[in-house]
Amino acid sequence: MTTIALLLITGLGLGALYFLIAAGLSLIWGLMRVLNFAHGAFFTVAAYAGWSASGLVGGASPELQWLVAVAVAVVVGGAFATLTEVVLIRPLYARHVGQVLVTVGLALATISLVQGGFGSDPKRLALPAWMTGTTTIVGANIPNTRLLVIAFALAVFALLIFFLRRTRFGLIVRAGVENRAMVQALGIDVQRAFTLVFAIGGMAAGLAGILAGTYYGTIDPGRGTSMLIFAFIVVIIGGLGSVTGSAVAAIVVGVLQQFLNFYGAAGVGDFSVVLLLAIVLLVRPGGFSGAST
Amino acid sequence: MSAPATLLAVRDLNVYLAESHILQGVSFDVRAGGITGLLGRNGVGKTTTLRGILGLVPRTGSVVLEGAETTKLAVHEIVRRGVAYVPEDRDVFAGLTVEENLRLAERAGAPLRYDLVYELFPELEQRAAQKAGTLSGGQQQMVALARALLNGDNRILLVDEPTKGLAPLVVRHVVEALRRAAEVATILLVEQNLSVAHSLVRDVIVLDQGRVSFIGDVDQLMGDAALARRHLGLAAAGSH
Amino acid sequence: MTPRVRLTVLVVGLVVLAALPLAGFSIPGLFEGALGGPGTLNLLALCFVFGALALTYDLVFGYVGLLSFGHALYFATGVYVTAIAVTRWHWSLPAALLLTAVVSLVLPLILGAVCLRMRDIPFAMVTLAFAQAGSILVAQNPFGLTGGEEGLALGGDTLPSFLIGVTNTRNLFWIALALLIVIYLVAWRAVNSPPGRVWQAIRENERRVAMLGLNPYLYKLGAFVLSAFLASACGVVYLLLQGGANPEVTTSGFTLALLVMVVLGGVGTLWGAVLGGVVYEYLDFRLVALSNTSAVQALPGILRVPLSEPLFLLGVLFIVLVLFVPGGLGGALRRRLVLTGATKGV
Repeated sequence: MTTIALLLITGLGLGALYFLIAAGLSLIWGLMRVLNFAHGAFFTVAAYAGWSASGLVGGASPELQWLVAVAVAVVVGGAFATLTEVVLIRPLYARHVGQVLVTVGLALATISLVQGGFGSDPKRLALPAWMTGTTTIVGANIPNTRLLVIAFALAVFALLIFFLRRTRFGLIVRAGVENRAMVQALGIDVQRAFTLVFAIGGMAAGLAGILAGTYYGTIDPGRGTSMLIFAFIVVIIGGLGSVTGSAVAAIVVGVLQQFLNFYGAAGVGDFSVVLLLAIVLLVRPGGFSGAST
Repeated sequence: MSAPATLLAVRDLNVYLAESHILQGVSFDVRAGGITGLLGRNGVGKTTTLRGILGLVPRTGSVVLEGAETTKLAVHEIVRRGVAYVPEDRDVFAGLTVEENLRLAERAGAPLRYDLVYELFPELEQRAAQKAGTLSGGQQQMVALARALLNGDNRILLVDEPTKGLAPLVVRHVVEALRRAAEVATILLVEQNLSVAHSLVRDVIVLDQGRVSFIGDVDQLMGDAALARRHLGLAAAGSH
Repeated sequence: MTPRVRLTVLVVGLVVLAALPLAGFSIPGLFEGALGGPGTLNLLALCFVFGALALTYDLVFGYVGLLSFGHALYFATGVYVTAIAVTRWHWSLPAALLLTAVVSLVLPLILGAVCLRMRDIPFAMVTLAFAQAGSILVAQNPFGLTGGEEGLALGGDTLPSFLIGVTNTRNLFWIALALLIVIYLVAWRAVNSPPGRVWQAIRENERRVAMLGLNPYLYKLGAFVLSAFLASACGVVYLLLQGGANPEVTTSGFTLALLVMVVLGGVGTLWGAVLGGVVYEYLDFRLVALSNTSAVQALPGILRVPLSEPLFLLGVLFIVLVLFVPGGLGGALRRRLVLTGATKGV
């Protein structure tokens, strides 16, 4: 029972990270039909920016250092993503493969630059003392970072749903996922919505970057890429363009991966997730959800 | 009031899709006020003409709205100058409610005509919270027309086969709505149902294989069986 | 150039290349050491393998329009199946190659059948996921077969002696050159065959192909399997050249590098893809050497760090090509040739 609770919550924490990456990917894909490989770069650059900023305020309390790291990561992730959309994606409008290719190039270039600048060794992120402690839930000692990551993901989920259901921009995004041309034909500048989903996706990815650093205790140049691949799987299983679908799929993938990695041999969980994807595709080529939120 | 001025002038419109030359130098004028019919057999380029006016397909040539060239503008900028589109497949947003579909069409600064929309289509007010994807074909057509009618500063409505696939009773409803809509905006109407077209339109443009084959008065076309057969491929056109 | 002149140039070029191991002189700046020395021959042989591999990728991506992100998996199949059979199970090389050939047909057949249920970008994501599964499998070192992160050195007890040792690099060079030629011929034959023309029609408009009563799915699967099988052949030669298997070749980064090669050379042209693969491998190798030169090391960090990262430079080059030179190097070169041809009145 204790083990199960621990695995469940750790899996949920992992799923929370996947969700933060996948939500942006899914919206970007839904609206623009762009598979954004640069998402891992947003994640990584934001994490390193947050880590560096937390180092700059090294004299401050660990709580403040951590908050600075989170704030900087979110801002840098959003800014990087916005810049990417405006400078690299927009000139390739109507060339979908070209758009995917520039994000591939950007991912390769950025990650290797980070590796060159900071080295490939993991960097320890300064954490407040309470985060490194544990909380006892049904007898299991749960690391507080797991709970923190889950809380952040829930908050982002709630914000995204509010944004999509209650704001005009959200309305435009939902309509654009269904039929972009018709949105334009109603006199709406879809381009602005493109930039906005990139900005939102980048902010969420940046948050994921620094929260992954919190969850694992360290940041390194390669994690963004490896998490991105699982986020892709989450996006497909959840149904492209659906934030709710991504949330459900992220939980399923994170928890399944955690349990199987523990009870099977190492790597069995990762492997099973890919198998799950294959099964989902064979049964329902469109993923679990067809809804536009 | 002087004679109705030209609202929309299309000059030498050419559209290539893949390797096909769909529109081959289409030119015509749409007079301000009333309904102008864009007729012709299936596949002659009527829908492409409407999409070309809006910039939804890549095209060459010139489209002048109220004296101003629009060809260089983005789709949404053309629409904001008062061009509304009611596409053939309605293209309502299935996952959005009726009310959200209408709200999406609202344009900042334009006087909104919810009173007119709900007077013409009271059903839409009752079904405001219903997902548009669950509506009948006729109701979806109402949503599509309502989106185009909503903004008070729309100059011209491009309406593509609004009665296609609808039951006779619904067709009558749509025809009545179009008649009322023509009192507040100019309409360029693509219509396969010739009796509907005859009852609504004044000026007629006929397309044949990507070119304009006839421009004139509807009674002139429909009243002359030989002329109607030549341009529309229909024997019974004069019986209306 | 007339076809006959082109053929003559090609044959002479190939003969010169094949005679290269006998050359004693060196080309300073381009290659270190003697042209016929093992270092240069090894680099050139690697360039040939990557030229051939880029070509196999261009078959699916350039000719059928399938944006696969899992091509590394099939290259790695050739590398690892052969390495395991020879080193762990002490099979003879022919037996190992036979097994590799079977796996290299069956694996893409199964995975392709699943992946091709999707199109476009979802297809890309799914192929990526499967390749990732392969990468995880290799990294986990199941039953101690793959060597995990360490990789797997090719054990020598059953390998023919002419494939081993620095002195025999020239044999491997010839094998790599032969691989490139054979794969080029197979690819050329394939894209000019009736199915090859259907592939290109699918790339332009899949629905129209379906309307003609052909089943695009089967043609795509055929191209997918052929391309994967040829990629595995490249993997075998790569294994022999490197003398071992390295988990690097299973990663998504490796597939992305392939994508860069093909776009670099020009999508949808055979020789463009070869050119891209050769240039990429050469640059990757030489840029590392460049970054270690004293001139670069003396630069301030803000310049030194980017210049020391070959992948950064290649990534930037890639972005610039996609944005400004959609036809890649091959396309740019061809335009140059056409232009000069026109001015000469040919």
